[in-house]
Amino acid sequence: MSRTVVVIGSSIGGVRTAQALRSEGFDGRVVLVGEESAMPYDKPPLSKQVLAGQWTPDRTELLSAEAAQRERIELRLGVAATRLDIAAKQVHLADGTRIDYDNAVIATGASARPSPWRPGSGVHVVRSLDDSLALRADLLRDGPVVVVGGGFIGAEAAATARGLGHEVTVVDPMPTPIGRVVGPEIGQYFTELHHRHGVTTRFGTGVEGIEGTAGDLRVRLTDGTELAAATVVVGIGAVPNDEWLADSGLPIENGVMCDEFCRALDAHDVFAIGDVARWYHPGHREYVRVEHWTNAVEQGVCAAHNIARPDDLRSYRPVEYVWSDQYDWKVQIVGRPTRGTRHEVVGGLTGVKPRAAVLYTDEDGHLLGVVTVNWPKALVQCRRLVTDHASFDEALERVTTLDASSPPRPPRPAVPAAPEALPAAPAAGGDHG
Amino acid sequence: MPVLKADFAACQGYANCVDAAPTVYDIDDDGIVVLLRETITDEERPRIEEAARSCPVSALTIEDE
Repeated sequence: MSRTVVVIGSSIGGVRTAQALRSEGFDGRVVLVGEESAMPYDKPPLSKQVLAGQWTPDRTELLSAEAAQRERIELRLGVAATRLDIAAKQVHLADGTRIDYDNAVIATGASARPSPWRPGSGVHVVRSLDDSLALRADLLRDGPVVVVGGGFIGAEAAATARGLGHEVTVVDPMPTPIGRVVGPEIGQYFTELHHRHGVTTRFGTGVEGIEGTAGDLRVRLTDGTELAAATVVVGIGAVPNDEWLADSGLPIENGVMCDEFCRALDAHDVFAIGDVARWYHPGHREYVRVEHWTNAVEQGVCAAHNIARPDDLRSYRPVEYVWSDQYDWKVQIVGRPTRGTRHEVVGGLTGVKPRAAVLYTDEDGHLLGVVTVNWPKALVQCRRLVTDHASFDEALERVTTLDASSPPRPPRPAVPAAPEALPAAPAAGGDHG
Repeated sequence: MPVLKADFAACQGYANCVDAAPTVYDIDDDGIVVLLRETITDEERPRIEEAARSCPVSALTIEDE
């Protein structure tokens, strides 16, 4: 008898899971449920090319109607899933219909953490296509922009706004916001990157309140000063979209708790992948939740394999990988740099379009993670070395040899400068929520 | 026989393809994808298809010729 897999969530993780089910030879029914009525689209360009106006939204399409038909993926778009009944094995939809499943894949992702400051208008988050277009509409007006949050999404939004010609200030309570990912010492170079491109930073300072309306906002800071802004962007993290599962009986702890095979604990016919999943990583020996684009894709493939081939269960033990294109830096991060106790830099991190790899190690001498800037070739090598549990000394020698054998050349910009963009500040982007 | 294609102008050096299918994809010193083979077998197609779909800028395709 033919089986039915219902995939809930139509962003990158959900779409790639549905496609991978076919690649893995699953021949039953595949239904893809999505809350938004737009055809599935990809999110990384929303803080760069789409926000900058270089791309029209249709270029972000992940799955066309024709491709869905070809791969026999039934689309149920524009209707949210409201409940998962794991006893009856049914997904309830907002329009009152119910879909029977043999396997469900939860891929509902995460939402931007809402702004705690709610003036009349003019405060934006960047997560969905609608968010990006609404922010773009406000950025078409003149006036200064304040970005609250100096993490990746904040840095990307700041770089794009700067590229559109705005005066930009980034505010964050942490002294080195990117330090959360790369450590405070290397984080300093990211702060200097903002400054080199004419963006002001107010790090180590929090936001007390925001008043006014779009075009005339006042951002009050914890040090008593006030910033005038036409537009405010708030990028203070993301929260998993698991509230619709509250009465499902599935264990939820800041994400859907899963085993190493991507199956929900206590409900092995239900899988969860991407930003909404917290699974047991057998390599790290702990439960982790990862909000990276690549993780959503790889975890979707693993779940699809385990659904199509239950006789050949594969455990999911990825090496973390994330990228971010900020100004003239292509940043690529592999592994867990912040677990390291010391690091070494190969190449340099200053000047225009530098090239570098920063390798991180612990007391045991293992390579734990690597941050590369403008150096994809080193990234590839380091990703393998982290995967193979290489020693720090071996990795350092290999990357140093690579540095000597291929002299640095300026890489192509991640995004071609728009006609209206300042030459010094091309748009930024990345795969962070 | 399935044929590998790449949009070299679109490639941004994110390198997910190299990680997923190192026998058919590599990257050069400029961070641009290199196709190590022109064609693949039907048997290995699913794995390569998944590698191609891991490209964040959809620069990789597999065509039937």
